Amino acid sequence: MVTLLFDGIAYGMLLFVLASGLSVTLGLMRFVNLAHGAFAMAGGYVMVVLMHRYGVPFLATLPLAFLATALLGAVLERTLYARLYGRSQLDQVLFSIGIVFMAIASADFVMGSEQQMVTVPPWLQGRIEIFGGSIGRYRAFVVGICIVIVVALQAILQGTRFGSRLRAAVDDPRVARGLGIKVPMIFAVTFATGSGLAGLGGALGGEILGLDPTFPLKFMIYFLIVVTVGGTSSLTGPFLAALILGIADVMGKYYLPALGSFIIYTLMIIALILRPQGLFARAR
Amino acid sequence: MSALATRIAALHKAHGRWSLLEIGFWLLPIAAIWLFPTRHLTLSEIGILALFALSLDLILGFAGIVSLGHTAFFGLGAYVAGIATIHGLTDPTLGLLLGALAAALLGFITSFLVLRGSDLTRLMVTLGVASVLAEIANQASWLTGGADGLQGVSAGPVLGIFDFDLYGTTAYLYVLGVLFVLFVIARRIVTSPFGLSLRAIHGNALRARAIGIPVDRRLVAIYTLSAAYAGVAGALLTQTTDFVSLDVLDFHRSADVLLVLVIGGTGYLYGGLIGAVFFKAVQDVLSNLTPQYWHFWIGLILVLLVLVGRERLTEGPRGLVLWLMRRIGGAQEKPVEEAPR
Repeated sequence: MVTLLFDGIAYGMLLFVLASGLSVTLGLMRFVNLAHGAFAMAGGYVMVVLMHRYGVPFLATLPLAFLATALLGAVLERTLYARLYGRSQLDQVLFSIGIVFMAIASADFVMGSEQQMVTVPPWLQGRIEIFGGSIGRYRAFVVGICIVIVVALQAILQGTRFGSRLRAAVDDPRVARGLGIKVPMIFAVTFATGSGLAGLGGALGGEILGLDPTFPLKFMIYFLIVVTVGGTSSLTGPFLAALILGIADVMGKYYLPALGSFIIYTLMIIALILRPQGLFARAR
Repeated sequence: MSALATRIAALHKAHGRWSLLEIGFWLLPIAAIWLFPTRHLTLSEIGILALFALSLDLILGFAGIVSLGHTAFFGLGAYVAGIATIHGLTDPTLGLLLGALAAALLGFITSFLVLRGSDLTRLMVTLGVASVLAEIANQASWLTGGADGLQGVSAGPVLGIFDFDLYGTTAYLYVLGVLFVLFVIARRIVTSPFGLSLRAIHGNALRARAIGIPVDRRLVAIYTLSAAYAGVAGALLTQTTDFVSLDVLDFHRSADVLLVLVIGGTGYLYGGLIGAVFFKAVQDVLSNLTPQYWHFWIGLILVLLVLVGRERLTEGPRGLVLWLMRRIGGAQEKPVEEAPR
């Protein structure tokens, strides 16, 4: 029970880190980016290549995965995404599906279609006995990192000048521009950070979620659930939604394997019917 | 009726008349029977895809609902038709009806969910419904065959007379016939006052409501109809290929059909048909070149399409068609603004 709960929490935290970038682009900037998972996949592959081909130590690959995907995100944002802010939803959907298809085929072409094996260093293997259950060390490590990221994100958004500029830019880009805030710059940095976090999540989650070219499609609906069910007014909503989703998914698959992901999708639909703005949204 | 109302009615009627160009368009698939005698199987696939895209056009082009899970209805129709055949109901027409009914029922129920939310919620609900169905089909293997697919489907002769043959000639004629009948019905519907009210809703739902259009009821009706059409398309696929797999509920189908429709252009019914021909042709060429990676090029087409501007690209064929229709069909169209006040 403790083990399952902890696995669920680790899974949920991971989902949050993966989806946090999306909660800003989709939730705040209103850009329907179905390709968010592609950045996560990129991060995962960066880690795999660095570790297995160049022998970079595991811990060092994590920041590198973040930087590489953040850079990729920044380049794509400046060249492609920035042109699509404010375009119709259909355009954004088509565009990002296109990106997903290209990402899947490219990953297949470069890395092959097989599942990538991720081996974590020995000090992260094995389990710890605690509270009458056993907890995977790697999962404990993931939870630790995720907590740090969540706290840091919250601090940046709420406490720094950049955070208040971002919130201003999102609330009313015109007025924000009038006040001398460089809105495109803010959006670019935000998008890049979100992509980087997705990449970091992909790298961290390689061992738990698995990594193969269909990753962006397989987890697309999970990211979207976190953001839409969580609501978009703060980071707390998506965070709680991710935790619930993670725990419900792990528990559901353990106790009712015959139902598969059925429970998750049904719960999502019900949640969206009852609270279209998200479970934890404040009325705006 | 006031003078203006009479004028609008007359204009509307003239608009609904079949032009020579449209008749010519429908001669093409008939000519294809003899032009491509060896490719009737591919042709019937095009016909099925065209019908599927037509069903999406009804909600996207005419009512403005973006769906990420339209394949839910397609897949449901396919499975219902397949399961009916296995249990002895082998008549294809009956299979189509059952597929359409099941999909319409699902469409009717889910339309209320889709109506509730605004744009983003709508996307998620359509996607969620399709995912739920896919999960059911995957898990309920006693009914659907699960990941192995539904084996042993064998549709009876069309109308009790024409057996399906190996070369797909019966299949193609059957698909073409169904597509034509359903197209005529759809055309009649969208050129009716009902269709006009849909366009009004698409244009501005708030104002449409203000002039007394029952917006929600109209959207439920068109969503249900669209679902039924998609169900028929799915049933056709089952009957012509004698097989149903989980693939019919896969996300890529929802994405592909969006692309098909967008290539051809939305909101004038022919878009889905033209797009289907184009899509299958591209797919044929690309999957011969790079069988494994052809989705890369599909993705690239999507990205370019959006960046270049969907409107600019599809206004091309659409504008051309409308212009030709006006030239060939006689210049009946005059702007309504000229009417005396």
